[in-house]
Amino acid sequence: MSDVKITLAEVEHVARLARLALGADERERMRSQLDTILGYVEQLRRVDTAGVEPTAHVLPIVNVMRDDEVRPSYPVDAMLANAPDPHDRQFRVPRIIEE
Amino acid sequence: MSDWTRLTIHETVTALRDGRVTARALVEAYLERIGLLNDTLGAYLTVAASTARTQADAVDDRFRRGEPLRPLEGVPLAIKDVLCTRGIRTTCGSRILADFVPPYDATALVRLIGDGAIVLGKTNCDEFAMGSSTENSGFHVTRNPWGLDRVPGGSSGGSAAAVAADLAAGGLGTDTGGSVRQPAALCGVVGLKPTYGRVSRYGLIAFASSLDQIGPLTKDVRDAALLLETIAGHDPLDSTAAGEPVPDYQAAVGRGVEGLTLGIPDEYFVAGLDPEVEHAVRDAIRVLERCGARTRRVSLPHTDAGVATYYIVAPAEASSNLARYDGVKYGLRAGDARDLVSMTASTRAAGFGPEVRRRIMLGTYVLSAGYYDAYYAQAQRVRTLIRRDFARAFAEVDAIVSPTAPTPAFKIGEKTDDPIAMYLNDVFTIPAPLAGVPAISVPCGFSLTGLPIGLQVIGKPFDEATLFRVAGAYEAARGTARRRLEIAPVPGARPA
Repeated sequence: MSDVKITLAEVEHVARLARLALGADERERMRSQLDTILGYVEQLRRVDTAGVEPTAHVLPIVNVMRDDEVRPSYPVDAMLANAPDPHDRQFRVPRIIEE
Repeated sequence: MSDWTRLTIHETVTALRDGRVTARALVEAYLERIGLLNDTLGAYLTVAASTARTQADAVDDRFRRGEPLRPLEGVPLAIKDVLCTRGIRTTCGSRILADFVPPYDATALVRLIGDGAIVLGKTNCDEFAMGSSTENSGFHVTRNPWGLDRVPGGSSGGSAAAVAADLAAGGLGTDTGGSVRQPAALCGVVGLKPTYGRVSRYGLIAFASSLDQIGPLTKDVRDAALLLETIAGHDPLDSTAAGEPVPDYQAAVGRGVEGLTLGIPDEYFVAGLDPEVEHAVRDAIRVLERCGARTRRVSLPHTDAGVATYYIVAPAEASSNLARYDGVKYGLRAGDARDLVSMTASTRAAGFGPEVRRRIMLGTYVLSAGYYDAYYAQAQRVRTLIRRDFARAFAEVDAIVSPTAPTPAFKIGEKTDDPIAMYLNDVFTIPAPLAGVPAISVPCGFSLTGLPIGLQVIGKPFDEATLFRVAGAYEAARGTARRRLEIAPVPGARPA
């Protein structure tokens, strides 16, 4: 029933977008599982939605405003307590810019 | 009464106030039962014994000093491990957060503790609440107390199993596509998904932000009303937590169904519905009619599009929400990668389990350039049609009654290799969160093999009171005598 065919190249592209390292054997398994799921959800294309507005959110709220007041926030030490590599009251990460 | 763990929340409150038991003795009784059975059931990931004892002693001090008593004074609860608890490890059932200790409490926890409740521990769940069986936990499975070879449902399977097996007086779960109601049905307890916006999501670690709601899992309907009264209401820390007034839900429980019209949706009694479940639910509807409710057929024509809509909307939101697990601010950091991108990618591969990886991939795909309109935008338009189905039905009826899950609890391992079969278990619970409306599951009997069955009642937005009327009337008519589960501890049974 499905003409959806997600290719291995697309799986690799999406994995890059999602910052998810997939092993060689996992790529094909993921491709085949996504193919099945995409085949299932394809039924939505047959639903007539002409002129129907999308729902992103069920509540009729747009913007919620509050006064712009300074409030105390959590101490730096508490926010760093779960960090894998805190350094000098900052989050340390591997090199971002090539030498 | 020698075994305090059998009591409901409201019975526990009374026993404490009458001085029949101290909070400390109550907590010790629960810790003993947890010690006896948790290795067999796998309901808790973390037992917070020392903080529970400290909280209990503080409650007993309040009793001794004669201070004004709070609504949940001394009530020990089980909290799903996706809700932040200050100083108590919170994992989301994920290896990526295996050692995460939140610096703050979720608003729901602040309110429970503020009303005197005690946190016994954090319960197992599908990783990041993604699943219907609790088998996707990164730590271990949870067994259904009614049949140890069965799943407890999911994703709030640990809280449901804990309440069913008297390892807590009550508990909290979260529901995105059925994750409170389906495990409640499968474990024979009451489970409520409130209206979207009824309960603050602050400190609920996000899965799908337009769907997630926190809800109670309890031994009876009145307990669910009691917990909702505490956790509901506006919160400046969550802009979607609505300012609607919170009515007296406990009063609604005993108000009866006289004058109510209940809708029976054709689309919820279809092929795939287990005959024993259908029989039990139709029986329950007859009980409600004898209690004075009128019933009529209604149609929710886009029901069968619900699962497909959900499996686009929820993974899309999840792929965005879970981008925060990058190995920098908290959680796991894998390997000794030399650059940021490969560090992030290998951290996420090492920390996320298969279902979470699958949903991140699916969500990223449906949001990516070239596919957004065909999948995501179309799913959002179908979501509008599902909302309209409910709006049309609620113009004619006060609430809708249906099965909660199409089958009783299935076997551990039965559906783990077939994502679609697993997803279809949520066919009756998915439409309510897509429409943002509240729904409750209340036990309505057993299969021939002794597995619980749940009746679902779906209501209008912010009309949880009517759900409590219907569920309360049914429960009172059926009789509230709870069967004590005889669970034989199996030494070393806790599965890896």
